[in-house]
Amino acid sequence: MKYASQRVAYWYFTCAMVLFGVQILAGVLAGTVYVLPNVLSELLPFNIIRMIHTNALIVWLLMGFFGCAYYLVPEEAERDIESPMLAYVQLGLLMFGALSAVAGYTLGVHEGREFLEQPLWIKVAIVVVALIFLYNISMTVLKGRRTAVTNVLLLGLWGIALFWLFAFYTPANLSVDKLYWWYIVHLWVEGVWELVMASVLAFLMIKTTGADREVVEKWLYSIVGLALFSGLLGTGHHYYWIGAPGYWQWVGSVFSALEIAPFFAMVIFAFKMVFKGRKDHPNRAAVLWSLGCTVGAFFGAGVWGFLHTLSFVNYYTHGTQLTAAHGHLAFFGAYVMLNLALITYAMPYLRGKAPYHQGLNIVSFWLMTGAMTVMTFALTFAGVIQVHLQRVLGMPYMEVQDQIAPFYWLRLGSGVVVGISAILFLWSVFGPVRERRAKAARVAVQPAE
Amino acid sequence: MSERFTTSAARNVFYGGSIFFFVVFVGLTAQSHWHIVTTSTDEATLSESVIRGKHVWEKHSCINCHSILGEGAYFAPEVGNVWIRYGGKDDPQAAREGLIAWMRSQPSGVEGRRQMPQFHLSDQELNDLVDFLEWTSRIDTQKWPPNDAG
Repeated sequence: MKYASQRVAYWYFTCAMVLFGVQILAGVLAGTVYVLPNVLSELLPFNIIRMIHTNALIVWLLMGFFGCAYYLVPEEAERDIESPMLAYVQLGLLMFGALSAVAGYTLGVHEGREFLEQPLWIKVAIVVVALIFLYNISMTVLKGRRTAVTNVLLLGLWGIALFWLFAFYTPANLSVDKLYWWYIVHLWVEGVWELVMASVLAFLMIKTTGADREVVEKWLYSIVGLALFSGLLGTGHHYYWIGAPGYWQWVGSVFSALEIAPFFAMVIFAFKMVFKGRKDHPNRAAVLWSLGCTVGAFFGAGVWGFLHTLSFVNYYTHGTQLTAAHGHLAFFGAYVMLNLALITYAMPYLRGKAPYHQGLNIVSFWLMTGAMTVMTFALTFAGVIQVHLQRVLGMPYMEVQDQIAPFYWLRLGSGVVVGISAILFLWSVFGPVRERRAKAARVAVQPAE
Repeated sequence: MSERFTTSAARNVFYGGSIFFFVVFVGLTAQSHWHIVTTSTDEATLSESVIRGKHVWEKHSCINCHSILGEGAYFAPEVGNVWIRYGGKDDPQAAREGLIAWMRSQPSGVEGRRQMPQFHLSDQELNDLVDFLEWTSRIDTQKWPPNDAG
């Protein structure tokens, strides 16, 4: 840790991991209801469980992004955070809002658009949180050294805040509603979030491989260029069947098919940097998560997205378990793994220790990615069968669901393994470290100061 | 990457291209908005009761089990065409009564079957919700879904 104020990232990561736990618990519960539908049906209906599962995910990923920014911006800008106190206020407000939302959901207090279920006051609180954050991080960057990493990161974070404002616009016309709802959902995860992802990845590459900054920056701008050139008009793949004009089938198919390009570029970039790198970073687990993140994103967001993005395919697959398969691996591969990569990298510095519990962390990596892969295949097979029975043969929805029940058991099993691997991961980053190693750590960390 | 393609060139391509594509996207969205309100949806019948029905749909977060026009959770059937599935085109009164009776009878309590909660909707809310579903079924969705199963 080069700057004392980077310490705020520690608390962002801690709170993010608490919500990661909430997300996985709700996910395992939802997976259980899929196979044992009478479980909790009166007490905590499925819609509430799913709401907690998705909302906890989104908020902890954002919290992780904030933590990433607070960790890496001081090193990039070469100065302390403008106001660590504001950073803690921001975290407190966000965590309070998130936990209130979860508590409220269980009591039936929520709004009703998907992913935007937060009550109005929490939506407003999120704007306040964003304003505090953007002020704090922008001032830090503006008064310090400007780099491509912070340029792209800031653009991504400002974009997140800007598009969030569409959460306050709920048109009465369902089709218009959907048209702008995607301005948040798609332009986040297939737009500005990719800017955050690419810049954090670039930072990790510079730090762990000793790659030349000039080279990394060129890659970074090329990757985010590919992301926005394909991703903006790629929104069209959500406009096929919601009442929008027919031309979106062409525009959406062509541009969203290209959305795989930035993810492919990230794979090439990361592996090239690591293999050609001038140094072997002692935190092997962080390098593994960084590489794994690009591969996970390539398959989850790229390949699984492409599978059903062409309009004549999507006509049959839209809104089936194939969508669920893609959603799970895309969020995990791109954004969960990115956060876990930076947490794995930053935690030893934040705790003032040499890299520790590497073996356990690496085990959790393989267990978690393995389980997510099984989950994705289970949902993919379920989706293919569902498409055939329901969309081609016209069999009623509920009868089809009975046919694919075995895959839901497989999904539940893999979800439980994800939970176990998350516990291993948390122990590997937050668990106690033996003092003998800690002494070595101080020696190792000293020269970097 | 070649020497000619410098970092500043990459940066300029990124900023210039992104602005270009964003402007095109916003333009197409505006055109789509116009298309929706004039052509693909029936604004004339977007009545107070349809709007209230949409609120009922949102208030109880139906979308976290069902899907509407293919979007939502995939835990319960698609409702964008549920009006058609209930035969609303041929016999609107029977479809309305059928949908309302269904919602009133939940949860079924049948072992091993997914349970829809009882939302205790008033007669007005039930009718508004059905109005909303009927209106939604008339959106021009480019012939999606492929069949009545949704």
